Amino acid sequence: MTTASKSAETTYTTPSDREILGMRVFDAPRELVWAAWTSPEHLPHWLLGPEGWTMPVCEIDLRPGGAWHFVWRRSDGTEMEMRGEYREVEPPERLVHTESWGGDWPETLNTLILSEEHGKTTMAQTVLYPSKEARDAALATGMKKGASISFERLDEYLRTMAGA
Amino acid sequence: MAMDQLSTTFSALADPTRRAILARLTAGEATVKELSAPFAMSGPAVSKHLRVLERAGLITRGRDAQWRPCRLEAAPLEEVAEWAENYRRFWDASYERLDDYLQDLKEKERTHDNGK
Repeated sequence: MTTASKSAETTYTTPSDREILGMRVFDAPRELVWAAWTSPEHLPHWLLGPEGWTMPVCEIDLRPGGAWHFVWRRSDGTEMEMRGEYREVEPPERLVHTESWGGDWPETLNTLILSEEHGKTTMAQTVLYPSKEARDAALATGMKKGASISFERLDEYLRTMAGA
Repeated sequence: MAMDQLSTTFSALADPTRRAILARLTAGEATVKELSAPFAMSGPAVSKHLRVLERAGLITRGRDAQWRPCRLEAAPLEEVAEWAENYRRFWDASYERLDDYLQDLKEKERTHDNGK
C-alpha cells in the first residue's frame, strides 16, 4: 500500500511500569472512528495487517461482559486469532476490553479513548500487561521505534537489562 | 505461526534473572559458577533458571560433564523479534488502511446528506 500522502504516525510511550500507550490521529470525526473500531460491518475492511490477509470471522457482542472473537486467514491457509471480553462500552469515546492470543502469551487489558478536535480524532490505546516483566518483553521486541527489530537490538536490550 | 514455541520463549524471557543470564551469555560461553557470580543466588537456583532457558531452546549446554558451559542460541530470539515485528506491522498496516477507509466513510456520509 502506498502511503506517500500520509503524514500520520503512531507513537508509543510507557505511562507506567505495566503499560504501553499508542497514539495516532485520524482525519475523521470520532463517531466514524468509533464505528470503524466497533462494528463487524467495518472492521474486516481495515483490521487486516499486511497485504494478503482476510478476516473471515469478526464476532462482536458490544456490551460490558460481551465477547469478541477475530480470525485472520492468509491465502496459504495460515490462521491467526484473537479474542477477549468487553469491560466498558461508552460510545463514541471509551472502549475497555481484554485481549488474548492464546497460549502463555499474557492477556492484556486494552483501553481505547477517542477524542475529537476540529474534525480530527486522536486515538489513545493503552495496553495494560499483567506484570512489568511481560510489558518489558513486549516492549523489548515489539514496540521500539524503527523499521526492523533485529537480533542485535534485542541483544543490546538484554545488556541494558543486565546492567540495571 | 508457531505459537507454542513463542509462548515458551516468552515465558522464559518474562523473568528478569533469566534475561540477565542471557545478556551475560551474549558476551560468550559461561559456566554455572560464572553465571551465578553476579546474583545473590545459589548454584542450584541458577541451574533451575538454566533448565527453563534450555527447555525454551534459548541456550545449549556443553557435553563436558563437569563444566557444561552454557551458550546462547539465537534462533528463538530471532523468532520472537520477527513475531513482534509482525505484530507492529500488523497494526501499522491496519491503521493506514483505516485512514483510507475513514475517508470513504466520510465521502459516503456527505453523499447521503446531500441526497436528503
